Amino acid sequence: MLLKDEVGMLQRVPLFSGIEPTKLKLLAFTSDRVSYSAGQILFRQGDEADAAYVILSGRADILVNSDSGPIKVAELVPNSIVGEIAILCNSSRTATVRAASPLEALRIRKDHFLRLMKEFPEMTIEMVRVLADRLSHTTADLIDARSAK
Amino acid sequence: MEPSLARYIWTHTKKQQVGILMIVVLSMIPYFMSFDLPKLIVNGPIQGGGFEQPGATQPFMRLHYNLPFIGEVLFFSGFQLDRTATLFALSLVFLLLVVINGLFKLYINTYKGRLGERMLRRIRFELVDRVLRFPPVYFKRVKSAEVATMVKDEVEPLGGFIGDAFVQPVLLGGQALTAMLFIMVQNVWLGMIAAVIVGIQIVLIPRMRRRLIVLGRERQLTARALSGRVGEIVDGIGAVHIHDTSNYERADIAARLGLIFKIRFDLYQWKFMVKFLNNFLAQVTPFLFYMIGGYLVIQGRLDVGQLVAVIGAYKDLPGPMKELIDWDQARQDVQVKYQQVVEQFTVEDLIAPRIGALTIDDPAPMTNPLSAINLSIADDGGAMLLNRISLQVKPGETVALVSTATGGAEALAEAFARLNWPDSGRIASGADDLLELPEAVTGRRMSYASSDVFLFQASLRDNLLYGLKHAPLTSVPYDGAAADQRRWNVDEARRSGNPEHDIHSDWINYASAGATGPHDLFEAVRRVLDAVVLSRDILDLGLRSSADLTRHTELARRIVELRAALRTRLEHEGLSGLVAPFEPGAYNKEATIGQNLLFGAAAGPELADRALAANPYFASVLKQAGLDRTLYEMGMEIAEQAIELFADLPPDHQFFQQLAFMSAEEIPAYETLLQRLKNRPYEAVSETDRAMIVTLSFAYIEPRHRFGLLSDELMSKIVAARNRFYENLPPELQNAVERYDPAKYIAAATVMDNVLFGRVGNNHPDAPDRIRSIVYDILDELGLYAELLDVGLDFNVGAGGRRLTGGQRQKLDVARALLKRPDFLILNRPLSALDQRMQDKVLRNVLEEARRDGHSPAIVWVVTNPAMAMMFDRVIVFDSGQLVEDGTHETLLAGSGIFKELLS
Repeated sequence: MLLKDEVGMLQRVPLFSGIEPTKLKLLAFTSDRVSYSAGQILFRQGDEADAAYVILSGRADILVNSDSGPIKVAELVPNSIVGEIAILCNSSRTATVRAASPLEALRIRKDHFLRLMKEFPEMTIEMVRVLADRLSHTTADLIDARSAK
Repeated sequence: MEPSLARYIWTHTKKQQVGILMIVVLSMIPYFMSFDLPKLIVNGPIQGGGFEQPGATQPFMRLHYNLPFIGEVLFFSGFQLDRTATLFALSLVFLLLVVINGLFKLYINTYKGRLGERMLRRIRFELVDRVLRFPPVYFKRVKSAEVATMVKDEVEPLGGFIGDAFVQPVLLGGQALTAMLFIMVQNVWLGMIAAVIVGIQIVLIPRMRRRLIVLGRERQLTARALSGRVGEIVDGIGAVHIHDTSNYERADIAARLGLIFKIRFDLYQWKFMVKFLNNFLAQVTPFLFYMIGGYLVIQGRLDVGQLVAVIGAYKDLPGPMKELIDWDQARQDVQVKYQQVVEQFTVEDLIAPRIGALTIDDPAPMTNPLSAINLSIADDGGAMLLNRISLQVKPGETVALVSTATGGAEALAEAFARLNWPDSGRIASGADDLLELPEAVTGRRMSYASSDVFLFQASLRDNLLYGLKHAPLTSVPYDGAAADQRRWNVDEARRSGNPEHDIHSDWINYASAGATGPHDLFEAVRRVLDAVVLSRDILDLGLRSSADLTRHTELARRIVELRAALRTRLEHEGLSGLVAPFEPGAYNKEATIGQNLLFGAAAGPELADRALAANPYFASVLKQAGLDRTLYEMGMEIAEQAIELFADLPPDHQFFQQLAFMSAEEIPAYETLLQRLKNRPYEAVSETDRAMIVTLSFAYIEPRHRFGLLSDELMSKIVAARNRFYENLPPELQNAVERYDPAKYIAAATVMDNVLFGRVGNNHPDAPDRIRSIVYDILDELGLYAELLDVGLDFNVGAGGRRLTGGQRQKLDVARALLKRPDFLILNRPLSALDQRMQDKVLRNVLEEARRDGHSPAIVWVVTNPAMAMMFDRVIVFDSGQLVEDGTHETLLAGSGIFKELLS
């Protein structure tokens, strides 16, 4: 997969969809292309967060530790981004991500990501919009859950 | 040290001074003969004196003397020569005298120079010897750069002066006195005038010079302070930048330079003033002669002949006088310098020479307990660090010193190490005062490491073994020219009062590390490095550096085996995809195009980095392979992409680290180049521009940059070009590149690159770490672990060890203390730069390593954390300079004292 294809993939990630292609190209170029075989760990719960990952091909599982061992809470498919919250909040990883099949991903380093946000406010606004959107969904879910009790 | 320079010089060089004086006197004989000879030549053969008749002859070399009582004795009647022959003979004698005078001068100057240089060597050595014997407290007050400048610069002028110290005044004084006497004989009154003027010169000039001496001293002190400050700026450069105080430093230096300028200018003014006065006095004498002498002639009390003779004789007076005065000036100058230096080096409580005397044989183990008896130590401000402490550390005992912030345990550890001398009370080993024991005992049977580590600018190995270099243990066999050189070295060292220890001897005391020689020392080194958990760091250093193949032959010999083992291992673990190996007939996708073309390590500047594309032979190979145009187009494409991506970013943007093709500074240049070349046909582009563009393509790696520029056809062309390049490699490039050969070690590449013989895949983020640990495993399996550690030990630690981290430096210091297997191991918060977990680990390892093979040294450890005290036989607690608790860990824990409080 070439740089220009990666740009196309990034455009399909909601977080990046509003950002100019030239900026996305820079983001892609300065990110590392990484590949994993099935079962390999991208990062572990509790690790320090140093990068976000955009899945280009393949699938991955999101696992959370529990008393009875890891539980799969979600699955990642191509065009999804994972790990972006932890690098924004400076917190440690809240879950483990494991490749479920051969996986190709774009690894966006934390400092690059933050630098881009600082330099291109339109990108930041776009991201705030996506996050606010997610928050309102979560709030709605919470209200539903509370009232269902 | 001797306070008077003259006496110092006389004590050490009296024989030589007398010798040189004799030679100078001897040299006077041909010197005066050569004065007389021109007269003989002119009067005799040239004007014809004694050759009045044609065919007349004169005796030549006739030796006859009028001896008292005996009368005239003829030794040799001489050759009879005619006029022309006499002219030639006398002229030849003149030539002979010129040669003899020249040779005398040469010999005397060489003699004086050698004398001066030997004395300079002696003084410098004596100064450094004193530095080695200064009491510890002195070093709290002195700046190292100032001491260095004293030893190096301030005594330097002494060398030039010493040869003339005694000869010059004797000789010039003699000449001046003769001239004076001659004047006196001619006319007493005129003689008196000359004497009065000379008297004024002798009295007045030195008086005026007093100010010169004061200024000279100031000049020396300010210059020394300047070098101290410069040294401080260099050492504290970090603090300068952190606090934005560089302009404060600039102001300080400028102020100092201003002061130095003022002093020096004052000095010049005075100097020339004195000179002027001196010259004036010298020239006023003839004025007096003409006036008074003339008056006396007119009066008829003096005849003209006498006056002319006096004036003639006076011509010979100012020359020697002036030189004598110059000599005196030089004398005062060096005397001031010498005194200044001697004052600084005269220190009370100098360590006695016998303490540091060279001892070849190892002393017996220290079997007596180490005791502090009524020990008090105060800091420079007078505050008590330790107040009348008495305690005893028995051999074999392990003691933790726990201290509150003002406890004073560090001071006790420093006192045990003799780095801090007691103000009252003493430290004793058995019945002996510790300060009275020779360093040969304390430096070999005791060892000390602290958080304040000093490393020398040398390799890790040299620093680690430094603690074993007590005495030259082998005598090195020299032969031929080397033997002559050695004899000369010893001889000269003796003449200058320097020691003759051979620095090339093997100084390493293997026995104290528990080894028998260089071959098994390594085991001991490895164990102590493992104990302080430093081996891994050194292995990493080893992997990243290129091995010195004259020393590390084993690596090169078994490289094929190593590479094969790595491949097998990677295959076995299913990790083959992590590394793309170099194969002579295939393109390596994980390497750059440049690496694929050259397929070797550049060993010189000709083919390295940017020079590669510009190399004419390389360019011709590309052309023959039909690659020149392709790579140019590729370079253009890369330039366009790079500029599109990066042109808007500020030059200091961190993204530029990702841009392998060009640096931020080069972007504008490439932008204009791109504009210029865009629509120009390839043929019309100049060679330099082509190289600029082609070089961009050399950094391209498809899986990393992902521009989609590499095709199968291009890859096979590149492999073909690679072979073509080596087929006709011109002789001048033979040594500029080492071709990758699966069967050969590449000296110019790092050990890692050699073992890997390929490139780690770009899209596996954890690949480098995994590969490194596999490489270590393999090296260990093949028994090459030691060799790699040895490569790592070649690493130069930099000035003060600054190329290592603080933690690494402290670990090295502990390893060095452990290596000599002491009877008393004193550790003063030795690992403060490490986190607590690592400190605990090293502590356990060190206790174990120190007791290996049935050794049982006493260990005194000032711990950074009271919890560490659990590992020791005995715990001693200090608070406010007092020993407050002393007992086993359990008893102290059971009590309710400070220790328990500190722990909770």
